[in-house]
Amino acid sequence: MTAILTTKNVTKRFGGLVAVNSVDFQIPDQSIVSIIGPNGAGKTTFFNCITGFGKPDEGEIIFEGAPIHGLRADQISHLGVSRTYQNIRLFAEMTALENILVGQHTFLHASWISAVLGLPSVRKEEKDALNEAKRLLDFVGLKGHGDTLARNLPYGAQRRLEIARALATRPKLLLLDEPSAGMNPSESEDLTVFIRRLRDEVGITILLIEHHMRVVMGISENITVLDYGEKIAEGSPKEIQSNPRVIEAYLGRGAATEGMEDAHERHQKKGG
Amino acid sequence: MMNNTNKENSLWAAIKIGLLGGAVALFISLVGMAEVFSKRDVVEKTMTLGQFVLLAISVASGLLAARRTAALLDKPNTASQAAAGLIAGFFSAAILTLFVIIGAKINIRTVFLNASPGLYSMLTLNQGVSGVWILPAAGAVSGLLGALSLSLPNAVRRPLFHAILFIFFMALFSGLFRVVMINQSGFWEKTAKYLFSQTGMTRPGAAIFFALVVAISAFWSAKGQAIKTNVANLPKGRQIGLRVIAFAVIAFIALGLPLVSGAFIAQVIVIVALFILMGLGLNITLGFAGLLDLGFVAFYAIGAYTVGLLTSYGQYGLQHISFWAAIPLAVLVAMAAGFTLGLPVLGVRGDYLAIATLGFGEIVRLLAGSDFLAKYFGGPQGIIGIQKPCIGVLGEFTKVDVPRVCYSLFDAAKPGIELSTPQSIYYIAVASAILIAFVSWRLRESRLGRAWMAIREDEDVAEALGVNLIQTKLLAYMLGAAMAGLGGAIFATLIGSIFATSMQLIVSINVASLIIVGGMGSIPGVIVGAIALIGLPELLREVSEFRYLLYGATLIIMMLAKPEGLWPSKTTQRELHHLDAGTSAE
Amino acid sequence: MRTSISERALDAIVSGVLWGFRILIVLAIIIGTVLAIRAGTYTRAQWIDFVIFGVAQGSIYALIALGYTMVYGILRMINFAHGDIFMTGAFGAYFTATWLTKIGFTDRYPVLGLMIPILVAMIIATLIAMLVERIAYRPLRGAPRLVPLISAIGASFFLEYSFRGIFGPGKYAYPPINALEGEWVVLGIGILKVHVVVMVAAGIMMALLYTLVMYTKVGKAMRAVSENQDTAALMGIDVNKTIVSTFAIGAAMAGAAGVLFSLVYRQIDWFMGFTPGIKAFTAAVLGGIGNIPGAMVGGLVLGVFESVGPSLFLEGLGIIRPYQLKDVIAYTMLVMILLFRPSGILGERLTKQKA
Repeated sequence: MTAILTTKNVTKRFGGLVAVNSVDFQIPDQSIVSIIGPNGAGKTTFFNCITGFGKPDEGEIIFEGAPIHGLRADQISHLGVSRTYQNIRLFAEMTALENILVGQHTFLHASWISAVLGLPSVRKEEKDALNEAKRLLDFVGLKGHGDTLARNLPYGAQRRLEIARALATRPKLLLLDEPSAGMNPSESEDLTVFIRRLRDEVGITILLIEHHMRVVMGISENITVLDYGEKIAEGSPKEIQSNPRVIEAYLGRGAATEGMEDAHERHQKKGG
Repeated sequence: MMNNTNKENSLWAAIKIGLLGGAVALFISLVGMAEVFSKRDVVEKTMTLGQFVLLAISVASGLLAARRTAALLDKPNTASQAAAGLIAGFFSAAILTLFVIIGAKINIRTVFLNASPGLYSMLTLNQGVSGVWILPAAGAVSGLLGALSLSLPNAVRRPLFHAILFIFFMALFSGLFRVVMINQSGFWEKTAKYLFSQTGMTRPGAAIFFALVVAISAFWSAKGQAIKTNVANLPKGRQIGLRVIAFAVIAFIALGLPLVSGAFIAQVIVIVALFILMGLGLNITLGFAGLLDLGFVAFYAIGAYTVGLLTSYGQYGLQHISFWAAIPLAVLVAMAAGFTLGLPVLGVRGDYLAIATLGFGEIVRLLAGSDFLAKYFGGPQGIIGIQKPCIGVLGEFTKVDVPRVCYSLFDAAKPGIELSTPQSIYYIAVASAILIAFVSWRLRESRLGRAWMAIREDEDVAEALGVNLIQTKLLAYMLGAAMAGLGGAIFATLIGSIFATSMQLIVSINVASLIIVGGMGSIPGVIVGAIALIGLPELLREVSEFRYLLYGATLIIMMLAKPEGLWPSKTTQRELHHLDAGTSAE
Repeated sequence: MRTSISERALDAIVSGVLWGFRILIVLAIIIGTVLAIRAGTYTRAQWIDFVIFGVAQGSIYALIALGYTMVYGILRMINFAHGDIFMTGAFGAYFTATWLTKIGFTDRYPVLGLMIPILVAMIIATLIAMLVERIAYRPLRGAPRLVPLISAIGASFFLEYSFRGIFGPGKYAYPPINALEGEWVVLGIGILKVHVVVMVAAGIMMALLYTLVMYTKVGKAMRAVSENQDTAALMGIDVNKTIVSTFAIGAAMAGAAGVLFSLVYRQIDWFMGFTPGIKAFTAAVLGGIGNIPGAMVGGLVLGVFESVGPSLFLEGLGIIRPYQLKDVIAYTMLVMILLFRPSGILGERLTKQKA
């Protein structure tokens, strides 16, 4: 299998803090890969580097054979990389359908003049886009919520809407940042099934950051462990579970790292 | 014990509310509003507008104090509420009384210009110092009335409240109505003379309006909900029919208005329409895309100067082409300016963008009005002699300083139709506003509209979804600029001249405020905002001194009470509707 | 690569235009300066006069800018009414100073005659600013950013037109202090006494403020709140009180600036706060908003550029009546700074959190 995404020596610093330190990493095409690690390990920062939210200070990111580090986020999106966010970032004052339609922006071509004139081509394009948006809404199980403002959707529905919006950009690689956060076990189970469907039916490669070990171990074909910005292990779920460095990273510091997440978040905001 | 301290608390609360009301009353007096208002009557020979306002403050104090008492006491009763109202009403007037007594002993007019004999005599009903008791007595009675109004049932209180509010607005606008109606002569003239006096309403007039509003309000609160549901339950065809009828009525009024209203009101409406134009333009940049542009007036100026330079027969006119040819050029030039000014500043985020654009706006104004560029733009003297639009053909120039004549299209010997009055510009302005509203609506519903709103909500995420930020923002900026340019072009034609001094920052602030007061991103909101913030003050020439004082107060109160605006955008409404449907189905 | 050619072309245009702007401005400054110096219209003494006037003017801007910068640092809000707070101070001082002059106090005790109006101005400005904060800003804390900005614009109008209504639309002549007429000669350069007083007074005020912010409990609380409100609250800091004291201190500075401004220009009116307000905001941005020494440096730089600029850059380029365009210099500086160094001269302490 060929790799859809390869990173070489990717490093990102915030002032003195090295958030991601020289990470080499590969995602095979059509696979489901997870990144795990304690809070503040630099996982989201790594996502941000891939999706153009902050350029890496060093290293290369190759997507489908072409370098994408240094491109803007919209250009990376055009190439077929899409993502969701750890703390849901929907367009709160727009409806669910409008959120998805924004994801289709690249595939619509109406210029402002033709939009004002309401040309038949524009109408057809809009109608097709709306149908596609509704299809995606159904696909994530939100049928009938199309006209609800995103901020008024329940939490779980917001997570799913975010995935639908990401799918609207027709990604080849989808990055999910803690998709199961805040879900109960049965919802997580549904999510696992859903993610597998995305890969098997739609053919999208999936990279996820996850804390729920059951989800991670259940669907990942490959797992990478980050700690303090460095890759400390890589392998199948079985290998990872028995890797002594991973166990130390998780159990050795254990609850002491709980408060780190906030500090980590702030650094990311500073960067963005 | 507990009840006792609460009683004390409620006494203090009543006094505090009264004193606050008194401070407001004193402010209104010192700022000169009371005296100016007292020159207008609410009801002829009975009550002046000044008295009305001061009494209204006492009534409001009494009402609030009574409410506060009800909240503080365990077992509130009408008597304790009435007492609270009385006390608050008394104190709300007592401060003014104190002011009158002090004013009689010491001359404070060297500091406070409005502490004039006129004000004192107004506050004491011309009784001099011996009349100081009138004010606290009237205040206490008003406060008591305010408090007692609380114990009235809602069905009575609301119509009364509406009627009083209506009477207040009628008193403000009566002069205007009177002039318009008297101009029509015959029946209208007689009606006007029956309802209105020179300074306000007549007694029968006030009584009729009062009774009418009470009746309508009572009817609506009893039956309004039923009518609404009835209309909502009508078949779709009938609903569309109703809408068409409503639209036709509005269109009829809009078309006929300038014919009956006279030049003044037509001019006010033109100004409102121009602000709607600019508002719709800025609504694209600010309301849709969330980019606060405080230099918006620059594009207005650029549109105005382009038309001026292209059509003026004064010394700075370059081309002397017709208005109709100059308008599209002005729009294009404004758009190009939007591109050039937008390119550099659009990378700047948030508040910084507001300040950067403010800087650009001021630079444009200062350069246009400077002696340095006076040979092109007329400097402080501005550009004069801008042609009026002509329906027909334009005659040839013989000399630059001779105005061209507008000839009929069909007979070169006969004069054509020159749109020189505000009434005729009115049609151009209103038609442009409608056209631009349509354009805005189409844009909002397009992929671009969605991209703009996505940028407003979260520009990082929008970019990650494939939206090119610079291009999309730039387009919003250019289209906004184009609309402002159109507004400026029509303005220049309406006035017939342009001066750099009329391109102040305040225009940009006015436009931004009307959008926010109307409802960000909402097209009807822009119209409502323009009428409320531009139209009403323009009409109320008599209180024009206090225009910006009230304007400032309105902005603060709106932000405190209703920050989403008078007419919030469609999504919010659709959402509310959706929720209603959802709950009723479950 | 799906990025279209037109898109790449536009990117190129953007950077091209930005560089064009930079080069144009730098060229204009260099050519203007060279031509102006070669033309020799002004003597060395005149240039020095320009600079001294610029420093005096700039120290007034700096005093006002402090209020903008502190409030922005703590609330991320442009206090649009700050310029009008400056005006209220000037009015308070005017009535006091007029009365003190009338009873002959100012002539007998010129130092007190200067200080008492400043004190009154500071008190009045502080009270009004606290009132404005209480009514128009505090209920809106945490609202979307535009909401407090519009409220501040409303407050600005309200203050301006209240004063216009109460004290009339005309201009008042600020009473001169006789002891401050004329010049002092320092190192062979004649300097107007008023300018010296303005610079010294502004310097003292700024030193006081800096000490206050750096070394007192209130100052530390202010810095803590501007770093992170929630954390500060967890540390037991009364955030509300800290915000009010920030407004109060900024207003006191603006009030004092109002008096100094009146001493230089000798007249006051209800609209006097508008332009200095925007200039001072420019100064705050210039120095790096949220940065207190930055506001001081920004004010001085702006004052000097504004004073020297018309004769140095513009007149050299053959622009007639260049002083009409001194505000253009200020605004151009503002725009250029925002475009090319948004963190300001001294760098912004708090940029990134605001995004």
